[in-house]
Amino acid sequence: METGRLLEKAALGERLSIDEAADIYGQADFFGLGQAAHSLRLRKHPDPVVTYVVDRNINYSNICVCGCRFCAFFRAPDQEGGYVLSREDLAGKIEETLGLGGTQILMQGGHHPTLPLSFYEEMLRFIKDRYPIHIHAFSPPEIVHFARLEGVDVRTVIERLRAAGLDSIPGGGAEILVDSVRKAVSPNKCSASEWLGVMEEAHHQGMRTTATMMFGHEEEPCHRLEHLLALRELQDRTGGFTAFIPWAFQPGNTSIRRSPETAVSYLRLLAVSRLVLDNFDNVQASWVTMGPKVAQLALQFGANDFGSTMIEENVVAAAGVHFRLSVREIRRIIEAAGFKPRQRTMAYGPVEESDRDQS
Amino acid sequence: MDTKLFKELGLEDIHGKIQAGERISVEEGERLFACPNVLAVGSLAHLVRRRMHGDAAYYVVNQHINYSNVCVNGCRFCAFGRKKGDSLAFELNVDDILNKVKARTDDPITEVHIVGGCHPDLPFSFYEEALRRIKTLRPEIRIKAFTAVEIAHFAKLEGISTREVLTRLKAAGLDMLPGGGAEVFSTRIRALLCPEKLSGQGWLDVAREAHQMGIKTNATMLYGHLETERERIEHLDALRRLQDETGGLVCFIPLPFQPANTQIKDAQPTTGVEDLKTMAVSRLMLDNVPHIKAYWVMLTVKLAQVALYFGADDFDGTVIEEKIGHMAGAESEQALTRRKLERIIREGGFRPVERDCFFNAVKRG
Repeated sequence: METGRLLEKAALGERLSIDEAADIYGQADFFGLGQAAHSLRLRKHPDPVVTYVVDRNINYSNICVCGCRFCAFFRAPDQEGGYVLSREDLAGKIEETLGLGGTQILMQGGHHPTLPLSFYEEMLRFIKDRYPIHIHAFSPPEIVHFARLEGVDVRTVIERLRAAGLDSIPGGGAEILVDSVRKAVSPNKCSASEWLGVMEEAHHQGMRTTATMMFGHEEEPCHRLEHLLALRELQDRTGGFTAFIPWAFQPGNTSIRRSPETAVSYLRLLAVSRLVLDNFDNVQASWVTMGPKVAQLALQFGANDFGSTMIEENVVAAAGVHFRLSVREIRRIIEAAGFKPRQRTMAYGPVEESDRDQS
Repeated sequence: MDTKLFKELGLEDIHGKIQAGERISVEEGERLFACPNVLAVGSLAHLVRRRMHGDAAYYVVNQHINYSNVCVNGCRFCAFGRKKGDSLAFELNVDDILNKVKARTDDPITEVHIVGGCHPDLPFSFYEEALRRIKTLRPEIRIKAFTAVEIAHFAKLEGISTREVLTRLKAAGLDMLPGGGAEVFSTRIRALLCPEKLSGQGWLDVAREAHQMGIKTNATMLYGHLETERERIEHLDALRRLQDETGGLVCFIPLPFQPANTQIKDAQPTTGVEDLKTMAVSRLMLDNVPHIKAYWVMLTVKLAQVALYFGADDFDGTVIEEKIGHMAGAESEQALTRRKLERIIREGGFRPVERDCFFNAVKRG
């Protein structure tokens, strides 16, 4: 089928095969791709609304035994500059988030070599006992790591964390869900099937999760499509993913020497993601890596969510990329693109307008 | 983009005109600005851009030199200008300028871009001497210097005509005028933002005179402050009429206003969609101007790359030591290497072509 026809088909929400996806990714023109992705987005969300979440990334620790080559954030256990956040600091960060109208925290850390599962359970209980806040925490590689360290299975880890107050699991650490790529860039991190296994188990336990893709390091374009198909296949079975968030690898301060992905290649991939992931409701734009101007245009290339206000962000900043946006600026950008801004929760439900901080 | 979409958007007639290569009117330009679908407007501009330049995207290896920020004008949108005696005021002497050029003699620069404030007392001979000595030092380099505003200022200060200023600068080595100082031509806006500055008519008159003397110029538009979309379109229309008359405009450069550190603090910076729409409408209105520049210093590199699909065919240059945009809070890099520029153009889906200031392709052995 010629690319024009494929785009028409995809814009109607019909499923693309991997070969068809490869055809449009490689050949469709820039505007055709954007328009098809935007059409599909409007089919799924006919109201011209763009959502965002007010939250904070809290990295409870940067000590990590993984040593992924793309990471500028971690410190090896014997290296200077490692930390584990104190309860006091954690409480301060959460109080500040609530003060700014925040509804959730995204909490992730490294693969700490010795902290037992009870440490994380206690941390969750500490938060839930004190604060009315949604805890979106522990990416699948962390959960796999906790299971190994504790000598229990993933299912038990998720059950125990849920019982301690975990609300949902972020889609981090997916990188590229192809083992040959993972072996090259993150050899000590969980495999693609382990990542998917954690998400499947979480969905079975009734938890919602997100999914990410970090692209633009050592993968080939076909690996990106394999990644999308693996997510689509799992979503067919569980329906547990709320959103997909692709973001471009930032090479600063990492041990992968290459140039960062450009804006045009980001927009193309974003549009293809929307079209391939026909069973995902939400696709998020990444202003943290692309800057507010390109992220705004991403709202015409399939994205319907502007992500988070990121009251705090450490991982991308460690790679030398710093963009900052206030809630007011996010709302202005969304409105200038012709959409209505709406604050949401992790589950993509609206936050009561009366609760919202306008500052 | 299919015809159906343009019909839905009520742009069927404009789409037809663009396809036929016909000129659009001021009112049609306004309708394009009002269109909520930026991809539709962009695709029309891309059609024209491809017809004119195919998949070429131009860039120049250049050096910016700001000789002084001392300025008698005090424009409210400017974060660069300083009064004489201000602690942040600077002025280079001719040796300083020469040293900046000398510092880069090993670089394959084809253009030096020189602009400054309207300095209250530098003698005209300073500018002539600077041009002459740069030309002696690097005769192969093209000098693109002094906006129409500076030209009119030199004439006033020296008590001679702008024609004489241009004649003498040309004799000293001036190759071309940059497009700055045009801002928005509207008298209403200039009264609000830059009452001391050369008028819009005055700017057009200097450009016309230069063109008539065989000196090519660029033209800019500073948008996103207090002007209306109608005033932007009228600015473009004034340039289009000048170009019909003279054919001397080489490149048009839309510049998003950067509000930080200026006196228009309540203004919000432009958003990406607005920048791209302005780029696209500029391409579509200025059917007789060969080139449209995505000036990455103001747009950010990422958006400038995307702008190559919204009517722009030029990525500007390697730009060393840019001060005017950066003092107003522009968050882009200070310089891009040639390799990086070429990579960004190529990864955007275009073919990089190095050019000189007149857009002649540069052959490198």
